[in-house]
Amino acid sequence: MSFSKASTNEGSGESVDRRAFVGAAIGGVSVCYLAAIGYPVYRYLASPVERAEAQAAITEVTLPDAHKLPRKSALMFKFGPFTAMLIHHEDGTWSAFNAKCTHLGCTVKYEPHNNRIFCECHGGIYDARSGANTGGPPPRPLQVYQVKVSETGVVVSKS
Amino acid sequence: MKSRMASVYGWLDERLGLEELLAFARHKTVPVHKHTFWYYWGGISLFFFIVQLFTGVLLLVYYRPGPEAYDSVRQITYDINFGWLIRSTHSWAANLMLVAIFVHMFSVFFMKAYRKPREFGWWSGLVLLLMTMLFGFSGYLLPMDELAYFATKIGLEMPEKIPWIGPKIASLLRGGLEVNEFTVQRFFALHVVILPLAFLPLLGFHLWLVQKHGNALPPSEEAKPAEQRRSMPFFPNFLAKDLAMWLIALNVLAVLAALFPWQLGEQADPTKAPPPGIHPEWYFMSMFYVLELFQGTWGLALSMGIFTLGLVLWTLIPFFDPDSRNGKRARQATWFGLLVVFILTATTVLGYWGVYGKGH
Repeated sequence: MSFSKASTNEGSGESVDRRAFVGAAIGGVSVCYLAAIGYPVYRYLASPVERAEAQAAITEVTLPDAHKLPRKSALMFKFGPFTAMLIHHEDGTWSAFNAKCTHLGCTVKYEPHNNRIFCECHGGIYDARSGANTGGPPPRPLQVYQVKVSETGVVVSKS
Repeated sequence: MKSRMASVYGWLDERLGLEELLAFARHKTVPVHKHTFWYYWGGISLFFFIVQLFTGVLLLVYYRPGPEAYDSVRQITYDINFGWLIRSTHSWAANLMLVAIFVHMFSVFFMKAYRKPREFGWWSGLVLLLMTMLFGFSGYLLPMDELAYFATKIGLEMPEKIPWIGPKIASLLRGGLEVNEFTVQRFFALHVVILPLAFLPLLGFHLWLVQKHGNALPPSEEAKPAEQRRSMPFFPNFLAKDLAMWLIALNVLAVLAALFPWQLGEQADPTKAPPPGIHPEWYFMSMFYVLELFQGTWGLALSMGIFTLGLVLWTLIPFFDPDSRNGKRARQATWFGLLVVFILTATTVLGYWGVYGKGH
């Protein structure tokens, strides 16, 4: 079999067209094969990502019994895939934040004695009530969640 | 654009000697005759091996050996997107790879391609086959379902029966006195690290030998005068046909894996009796049947002795039938090959008959 048959057929534009057609057909079929293999492989590898994204789509978390949280203390919990914190302040008010430091993503902690939120990794400081970045490297405030306290627990929701 | 490409090529060629490689590829030819079809089966085996590397690495992303083995395979099969397809492809390709290797081996045998100077090709190929069977045996346990558990239990009875050192070896392989989560961990290490590390260099050696000696001619072609023999260039003609075969192999694999997804049985429970009709994969069926046939202490020794002797003779065939003359020894070797094919086929069929045929 010869691979240069088309070019030896002189004098007709047809053979060049046929060659282009065969080339395009092979290219098209190859793309189909690559897609048929690549798509399942991609979805297979992306499975946990899709699951986490589905979890991240939730807008509300109910924390049963969290209303019993003592004042001047914090509760760490999962908001979907994310780590979050619920703070019960000295004056009885509540705050909730996504606990991911806006600098480089460490998990922050509540310091009741300093009445602030602190990140151990690079010393980022946030206001315990508003989540505003007040010192250190963080470029933005913490993500704030809404808090509703009831007799049975605490409902934390995204605004 | 074209001159840029040419200068890049020139730069690479100066440093890597691409031109020599291309010249080699241009001069390489593959014989054309009525048995040329059988030349493709080594390449088909290689294709399935590549599929195994690819799907194996994908399974590795989610598989957890040890106590969680069954759960992780259950997760791959039922929870992860297309996990069933990746697993099914891996299992089907394992079986098809063994089919292809067996076809390759017997075609090499009957074309007398083990003769001088290709003895090392024959031997390295045999070791590759045995390693592929070990790949199959160790991989079969990893899902830790009922079938896997009992197949491994039975399989490990064989080293157990070797006099004196047998029980020690079997216990070391098992990591205990019974198949358990440590066995899975060990077989996992064997399946994904030890065997591939040993397999890849040997495969490289095998392929290098094929390059060095070229395709063997069957005796009927060798008898012809040189000017009557036909051949085709390896590049691009044979390569194109080779790739076409790979494409067919891929399609067959895709159809089997998608339409007959590999099943996951119930979780292995050592306290439960094996399900009825338990049997090993087809490539161990012959051995399984012979073990059943000769019972008792001596029967076991006899059946294992038969297999060992057969394998030794099979390995030594290049010494028995070494040269290209079509003499008496060549005919005897052919008869021996036919006998082996007959015995393997018959015992495999009888084994399946014993499992499924008798009133189940």
